[in-house]
This record gives sequence, C-alpha cells and structure tokens, in this order.
Amino acid sequence: MNLFCVGLSHHTANVETRERFVGHAAIDRVLRAEAGCTEAIFLTTCNRVEVYAASEQPIPTQRIAQCLLAEGMMAEDDEMGAFYRHEAQQCVQHLFRVASGLDSMVIGETEILGQAKKAYAAARESGAAGPFLHRLFQRAFRVAKQVRTRTGITRGAVSVGSVAVDLAEQIFGHFETRKVLLLGAGEASERTARALVKRGVRDIRVANRSPERAEALAALVGGRAVAIGQWESHCREVDILISSTASATPLVMRENLGPLMHDRLDRPLFIIDIAVPRDVAPDVNEMEGVFLYDIDSLQSIAQQSLALRRQQIAAGEEIIARHVDDLSGWIVSARERRLNSPGLSDPALRTSES
Amino acid sequence: MDRGLLIISTLFFFLAMVWTTMAIKARRYRAAGFNFSAIALGFVCQTAFLSVRGHALERCPLTNLFEVFIFLAWSVSLIYLLIGPAYRLSLMGAFTAPFVFGLQVFALLAPIDVPHPRIASPSPWLEMHASVSLIAYGAFALACVAGLMYLLQERQLKSRQINSMFYHFPPLTDLFAAITRLLWLGFVLLTLGIAAGFLTGQPLPYIKIAWSFGVWMFYAAILLARHLGTTAPRRIATLCVLAFSAALTLLWGITFLSQTHSL
Repeated sequence: MNLFCVGLSHHTANVETRERFVGHAAIDRVLRAEAGCTEAIFLTTCNRVEVYAASEQPIPTQRIAQCLLAEGMMAEDDEMGAFYRHEAQQCVQHLFRVASGLDSMVIGETEILGQAKKAYAAARESGAAGPFLHRLFQRAFRVAKQVRTRTGITRGAVSVGSVAVDLAEQIFGHFETRKVLLLGAGEASERTARALVKRGVRDIRVANRSPERAEALAALVGGRAVAIGQWESHCREVDILISSTASATPLVMRENLGPLMHDRLDRPLFIIDIAVPRDVAPDVNEMEGVFLYDIDSLQSIAQQSLALRRQQIAAGEEIIARHVDDLSGWIVSARERRLNSPGLSDPALRTSES
Repeated sequence: MDRGLLIISTLFFFLAMVWTTMAIKARRYRAAGFNFSAIALGFVCQTAFLSVRGHALERCPLTNLFEVFIFLAWSVSLIYLLIGPAYRLSLMGAFTAPFVFGLQVFALLAPIDVPHPRIASPSPWLEMHASVSLIAYGAFALACVAGLMYLLQERQLKSRQINSMFYHFPPLTDLFAAITRLLWLGFVLLTLGIAAGFLTGQPLPYIKIAWSFGVWMFYAAILLARHLGTTAPRRIATLCVLAFSAALTLLWGITFLSQTHSL
C-alpha cells in the first residue's frame, strides 16, 4: 500500500493557482475510479488543496493534479512546479503538521482541524476513506489536540480584530450586558463589531456621517443607528467605543471625554481606535478608567502573540515526531503485508484509533 | 507533633508556589488543578494543626502571636478555597500561596511560639471575638491580593505591554466585583468580631479598642467610596493593599505588645 499526499498551499502557490485546482463535486469518485486511489481524502481550505491517498500502485503527481481540475481543463507545466508530494512517513508528518496548525499561514490557527475533520467525514460518507486513512486521520486529530493542549501554539490573538476582542474580554469578562458604540462605519469596525456580537454583545449603536451607511451596518450587526451628533451622550452609557471615521483631526479628546468619564468613574471605557489618522487623542489613555488601543498597539500585540506561537513550534514538532515514529512500524508492516498478499484485506488496517 | 503538621502544610504552600512559578515561566499555566489541590492539602494540615493545638490548650488556639499568625493563614486559605473557584479567581492561588507560605515560615522561624499563662475558662465571646476578627482579616488579605492583581492587570492594559500572564488573569470587572464582595465579607465579620469583644464582660484595653475602630473605620471609608462611585477602581484596589498592610502591621504590633488581652 502506498500512502501519499499531493497538494499545493500558500507556501508553494499563489491564490490564482490554488483557485484552479480547487476540486469539484465528483472529486472522490474521480480520484478512485480514474486516478486509481484505493482510498482518498480531499482537503481544501482557502490556503491549501491537498489529496491524502492510499493506492496499490504508485500514482504520478500529474495524474492527481489533473483530477483536481474541472472537466476540460489541463494542468500547465509551470503549475505543476507548485505541487508537493509526500510519501509514507513524510505524508504522515505533513498531515500531523497541517492538522496541528503548524503549516498554516497563521501558525496555531485551529480552523484547519475542523476543516480536516469535515474533509474526513465527507470521505467516510462517500466511501472514499477506508481503514488506512481512517486510522491515519484519527491519529492526526489526536496529535492536533495534544499539540494544542500541551504547547502554547494557539495562545494569544493574532489578528487586530481578535486582539481587540480578547482585550475587551480581559476588561469586561462577559459581553451580554455590555454596550458598544461604533463611531464610523468602516470595514474594520464592522469586523470587530461582528466578533463582539459573536461573543455575546447585544447592544450595538452605530454613529456615522452617512445615516444610510449607519443604518446598513446597524442592520448587519443587529444594532441600531444613532445620530453622529449624539455620540458624546452615548459615551456616557457604552463600555466599548470603536472608532474608525475618516476625520482628519481627533474627535475624542480629554476635553470632551473628561466630563463624561467623571459620571462613570467605576465603569471602565475601552476605546479601539482603528482610524488612520487617529480619531482619539493619545493622551486620552492617561485618563482614569480609559483603556485606549490604536491600530499600532493592536498590531504590536498580534505580532507578540505570533512570535510566542513561533517559539512553540519546536515543542509541537517533538510531539508530532513521537507519533510519526509510533506509526512508522504500522505503515511499513501494512505495506509489506499488502505486497505479500495483495488480494487480502489487512486486519491491521481495520484497527481503530479512537 | 503539631509543628510537624504545620511544616507539612507549609511545604504544600511552597509546592503550590514553585509549581505556579515554573508553569508561568514555561508559559503553560492552567487554571485550578495542581495549585488549588496543593492549597487545599495545605489547608487540611493547617486545620489539623489548629485542632491538635486547640485540644492541647482546651480552647481556641489563639494564645500567642505564633497561633494568631497561623490562624490568619488558615483564614486566608479558607476564604480562598471558598471564593476562588466561584469567582474565576484561580490565578489568585498563585498570589495566595506565597502570602500564606511567608506567614507560616515567619511564624515557624521567629521566636514567637511562647506559651502564654493559662486563663482558666476564657469567655466564649472572647474566643468568638478573636476568631471571627481573624477570619475577617483573612477576607481583607484576599481583598488585598485581588487588589494587587487588579493593579497589575490595569497597569498592563494601560501600558499596552501584554505579557503571557495577562490572559490568565481574571477580567478587571470580575476582580473589582471580588474586591467589593471580600471587603463586605471582611467588614461584616469584623463588625461581628468587635461586637463580640464588647460582650466578654471584661475590661478591654484602650489601645485595642482604638486599633479595632481604626481598622473598622478605614474599611468603612473604602466601602463608602466604592459605593458612592466617586473613587476609581484603581484607587479602591490601592486602598485595599494599603489598608491590609497597615492592619497586618498593627495586628502584629498590638498582639506583640498586648499582654493583658490575650485569650
């Protein structure tokens, strides 16, 4: 039995190339009926397209690549250079790294594990995944969980939006009773507001120079539009202020925020200023109970988290190496048994990991 | 034998302290778990110590400065074990363990375990006065710990220098809520303790009355400032730290100097 992985990812191919090899509805059938795979799992995300397969005979990379293209399209020679191929233990190692988020664009991201589980479930349903890939993927999920829990690979937020939400959580704890004011209806504030809604915020107010845009964004995030001229009075009530206007001069200053803060001294105000140029004067951060973060400070924290995650890669690789070693005997014996008795199904392959 | 129990208890707190420091350094601190268990075991040994000592003395073991310190350490552990998990304050154990460890090491090493002349049958009110007041001090000690945590967390947020411990701290608003509840708990217990002191039927030393009212007034003023909303949470947290530091110093001084009012 040959175990291999063929694919391309953000490491090797640009988005245009990845888009072309995104697969199609009949991919499972094509990989088995036309390419000759005994078992196959097709994993596709916005950053990678990969086929994990087991076959009796070696299958060239070109043939797998061709299966990923829509009908009538041909793989071009320069595109083939973007494909990588991993065999046997290297394939196992690669899958474990992918599932653990070590190979992701944002190191340690956990979305990939869900996507791998989804790909595996789909292949199980269509009958494309057999006992060989079942055992491999079950082990990959276990490895990913270990890497996640035993290292700090997933710790800390690594995008501006998630940093802002994490900081808000460290100030307020829970969001159900928190009030948010969006000053300006830019794309970045929309993303942050959506993330806050996801975490439980129910009261969102949107103030924008264009009332139509305010209404539209309020509808999108389940909030309500308020008059831009009343933003100061809303500041008395809100816990989080997200500012992203196109104003050339600061709107929020000590002079106008001071009297408002005096009335709410025991309630902190978290200000996220994602406007460039900034909407909030930097000295506002010196006020009692105010925590001001601008785009630079949020990015700097995201970079710190990313650096911390990078430090954890080695610990993750160690866990993966142990599991690869553990599985290599199984891979070799399964291969040899197949070679000796090609017509027989291998009992070892039926062993469940879970 | 009783000191042996106390040494084992101190070792548990030392273990909790070392483990937490190592876990924090290795960036793999997990809430509760080992830390909480070590503190719980330390508390069991403290309780056993106080029980053995109490049986030997045939009274509440608060006859000298050594016992006062151990009772205070026991109160801090008790209140931490009761409120820590409920208020998501697991990291508070990381701060509580060194505090209790320090108190017990000091009590064990300092020559303060001096047997006090026996009083035939102390008034139960006097025993209640002393024990309830010390449990109140336990609550104030944890309010001080929560205050310190608040100040550290607030400083990180203000300076935007976020370290790996930041995300293990409880949220600022939760810490502030915990400070308020601990202050109230301590204040109510202290009030009960002081009231019990007046029911002993014995003349009370002027210095102890003045000290008790001084502490009571200080905490009353903090609670008033907290509920009037005129003082920022950061200042309330600072006042908690100052108030407990002053009260602890005074407790030591008063207990040390007072020869007539020991149980």
